[in-house]
Amino acid sequence: MKTETRSEQFVPHSLLGNLLRKLHIDIPLLICLLLVLSLSFLILYSASGQDIDILIRQATRMLIAFVLMIVLAHINPYQFKRYSTILYGIGVTLLVAVLIMGQIGKGAQRWLDLGFFRFQPSEMLKITAPMMIAWYLSENTLPPKWRQMGIAGLLILIPTLLIAKQPDLGTSILVFSSGAMVIFFAGLSWRFIISIGAIIASLTPIIWHFMRDYQRARVLTFLDPEADPLGRGYHIIQSKIAIGSGGIYGKGWQGSTQAQLDFLPESSTDFIFAVFAEEFGLSGCLVLIALYIVIISRCLYISIQAQDSYSRLLAGSLSFTFFVYVFVNIGMVIGILPVVGVPLPLISYGGTSMVTLLAGFGILMSIHTHKKFLPT
Amino acid sequence: MPRTYTIKNPAEENRIFTGRAIVAMIFILLLSIGLIVRLVYLQIVGHEHYATLAKNNHIKISPLPPTRGIIFDRKGRVLADNVPTYSLELIPEQIKDLDDTLARLQELLDIPEDKIEQYQKLRKREKRFTSTPLLLRMSEEEIAKFAAVRPYFPGVDIHARLVRHYPYDILTSHVIGYVGRINENELKRLSVSEYRGTHHVGKVGIELAYETELHGKAGYAEIETNAQSRAISTLKTVDPTAGSNLHLTLDIDLQKIAYDALDIYNGAVVAIEIKTGGVLVFTSRPSFDPNPFVYGIDSKSYKELQTSDAQPMFNRALRGQYPPGSTIKPFMALAGLEYQVTHPGQKTYCPGYFQLPNVKHKYRDWKRGGHGTVDLNLAIVQSCDVYFYSLALSLGIDNIHRFFTKFGFGEKSGIDLVGELSGLQPSKQWKRKARNQSWYPGETVITGIGQGYTQVTPLQLARATATLANRGKVVHPHLVGSFTDNGILKPVEAKPETSLALNPRNIDAVVSAMINVVHSARGTARAISRGIDYQIAGKTGTAQVFTVKQEKRYNENEIAFKLRDHALFMAFAPAHDPQIAVAVIAENGGHGGSVAAPIAGKIIRQYLQESSDEDRNAQ
Repeated sequence: MKTETRSEQFVPHSLLGNLLRKLHIDIPLLICLLLVLSLSFLILYSASGQDIDILIRQATRMLIAFVLMIVLAHINPYQFKRYSTILYGIGVTLLVAVLIMGQIGKGAQRWLDLGFFRFQPSEMLKITAPMMIAWYLSENTLPPKWRQMGIAGLLILIPTLLIAKQPDLGTSILVFSSGAMVIFFAGLSWRFIISIGAIIASLTPIIWHFMRDYQRARVLTFLDPEADPLGRGYHIIQSKIAIGSGGIYGKGWQGSTQAQLDFLPESSTDFIFAVFAEEFGLSGCLVLIALYIVIISRCLYISIQAQDSYSRLLAGSLSFTFFVYVFVNIGMVIGILPVVGVPLPLISYGGTSMVTLLAGFGILMSIHTHKKFLPT
Repeated sequence: MPRTYTIKNPAEENRIFTGRAIVAMIFILLLSIGLIVRLVYLQIVGHEHYATLAKNNHIKISPLPPTRGIIFDRKGRVLADNVPTYSLELIPEQIKDLDDTLARLQELLDIPEDKIEQYQKLRKREKRFTSTPLLLRMSEEEIAKFAAVRPYFPGVDIHARLVRHYPYDILTSHVIGYVGRINENELKRLSVSEYRGTHHVGKVGIELAYETELHGKAGYAEIETNAQSRAISTLKTVDPTAGSNLHLTLDIDLQKIAYDALDIYNGAVVAIEIKTGGVLVFTSRPSFDPNPFVYGIDSKSYKELQTSDAQPMFNRALRGQYPPGSTIKPFMALAGLEYQVTHPGQKTYCPGYFQLPNVKHKYRDWKRGGHGTVDLNLAIVQSCDVYFYSLALSLGIDNIHRFFTKFGFGEKSGIDLVGELSGLQPSKQWKRKARNQSWYPGETVITGIGQGYTQVTPLQLARATATLANRGKVVHPHLVGSFTDNGILKPVEAKPETSLALNPRNIDAVVSAMINVVHSARGTARAISRGIDYQIAGKTGTAQVFTVKQEKRYNENEIAFKLRDHALFMAFAPAHDPQIAVAVIAENGGHGGSVAAPIAGKIIRQYLQESSDEDRNAQ
């Protein structure tokens, strides 16, 4: 897996290899992505109750996302760096616009309706926020100094709070972690990390105060799901039954009684992992988690191999954010994290997260395939 | 590590990053192991436990919907209750060929096409494995027909459900409103836990305004079911709490008298118990039967209701905005006395028309030859327009606006219903804002007789009359008098008392003129004074729908029914111990005295007779 990076620049393997290289595609990453996406099709078919329409819609979104990935892979990382500030500015402006529109229209508002399609600006920030931080920090010497860390922190908090106010807790967590990871990779001092941890622990009661009622309800339900079995607790109770009953080998494809009998709500979207675990058992879960870890390892490897600080920081953050997706979703479905609306990456039904995720992989591929030849 | 850098050191930066990436990877692996440990715990250690729950014996959380509160009138008669009905319900996921099943059912039970369409829509909206009704309220015959062939219809069954029923149908639809199937918008708004298992929600009227109270609290049962999802046993039950019963201040007898008395006229009647503000009568005619809405009215009947010229779905009492005509003259007179621009003895000469200085236009009196010299009493008794043209001009539009607003004109009454309209009490400021025009003196003149921009709802007119009868203590109309809370009957909290601080002598002058409207030989409503042993204070009104040209005369025989004037009447009784206030509007009724006043007379007579009977029984 690690050998072809250097040799591929000179030695033409096969016709396909040549083509893919011209397309600026990273083959190991592509193979892993395709494997996970095929698992997605398999489990969606089952979870949706053999609904071909849903598969067709998901395939359409995947196709769009793939095209975007390849387009981004073609762009030189230098261009990403150049437009980081502008893209970040546009993203934050759109967030403010959505918030104002939401206030006029009353109630939650996450979408910007562009007529032919609806666009969620908060998704954009999952990529443009780490871009911005990576640009800002790489303009200075690393590791960052206190002042730079303060400014970077502010740049992260602005979109995070705007998204949390929508309110979309899941996305705001992802944006925050993608920004924070850039600072971490830039060499945030360990002393600082530990003291921040201590401060957060003491700030918890204050955060609690600012949470919306339904967010609090989610946290409380997490602590005691049985308290509201008709409403909030229903998801977790049913999803634990589904996963547990899957056992080691699972009930087989399309064998999920819990999802099939509709005990499990949101079985095609946020809670799809429960269906997966029920049908494919612990062995299937291990395979899926292993696939995710291979993808993340490859991404981190690409980051380490990157030639400049900006690319490294951005790639590192995107890689880690992918893991946050996996961890938060699986964690909530198996009942060790509160229920926040985060989909299982590349598997859950839905277009927006698919597009942002593959866009992220496109950037990683661009970083990996646009290297200047440097003799070592 | 050196503390400061002056130039970038790529090798050092690369080294830091690589270190951090390794730390991140370790962190990722550790957290992944955490996930795997939890999965092992659920899927190996807990497998047997969860498999038992899932495999053969499911525990199904079955919602127990609360029983909706019952609505009573003031004498305890049931206006809205829940009756058991039988419905034909399908679970689509248990049916092999849904289209075929539907076709066979359609043939068997002669189901109209739009019911099938309605079902198809409903089915798509419901969660999977939900029993969804195709036919509600099955007849005995339909039940028997289906029961005979039931084995041939797997996944189809007859269910008994409690469904809302309104025994007084057309009499209460504009007060109680109705419940209907929960739609998508409502689904977003309603609490998921509370409405799981409930199919209906209040759409209008009391049913909507008191949805929270009427609904109650949902319970649930943990039911053990086998693989075919048949119930084996109930493990645990949390009982639902039934919704509160509401006791209205409405009197259904009076409501019926009012509705019948309106007879051929479209219009509205509102009567208020003065001491409490409890609404006794709240009638809008024509009306409609709310019961079909509960089961899902078919589109043809709905369209008929919507497009009918008489607009039976339009709540005239709450949302009908009419020019009040002469019914506002008592308030105008009181304003003149309170602002001291006139006194009861001051005389005005009425030649049959009124002119502004240096303007040719003649504002006509309804009486062509004029009333001659009139004082305040005679002006109200004979409803002299010229007197009030002149009085309004002396008051000025802003004083009029200020005074009438205190009586609730141009403002919502705050009744416990949804969708009330506020009417319009015009002012200079309003005209500037709404039309961007300045106010003309001529508009003040016609405001004096309740024409021009002024618009009132029947509810507002009744409320203002009640407040006047209550000698300036503001009356707050409401429909719910008391409700049960955990089985205990509790009265609705009264609103804080406010008084308009009116001069009692001014009130007496106006009220005595209003008594003369009914009881003097020349009063416009003298017809209703016959055969009663108490006094009624009232005022007739006739509101123009159709503008008569300057030199033409209004002749009701010549113009179409639709263009005839609206007949109005407001009154309270007994005049010296006021108990009930009434407002009547009969659209295109022509004359307030001959059409609207008798309707109010019947209600007052019935109400006072009953209360004196009660007094006698009490003694």
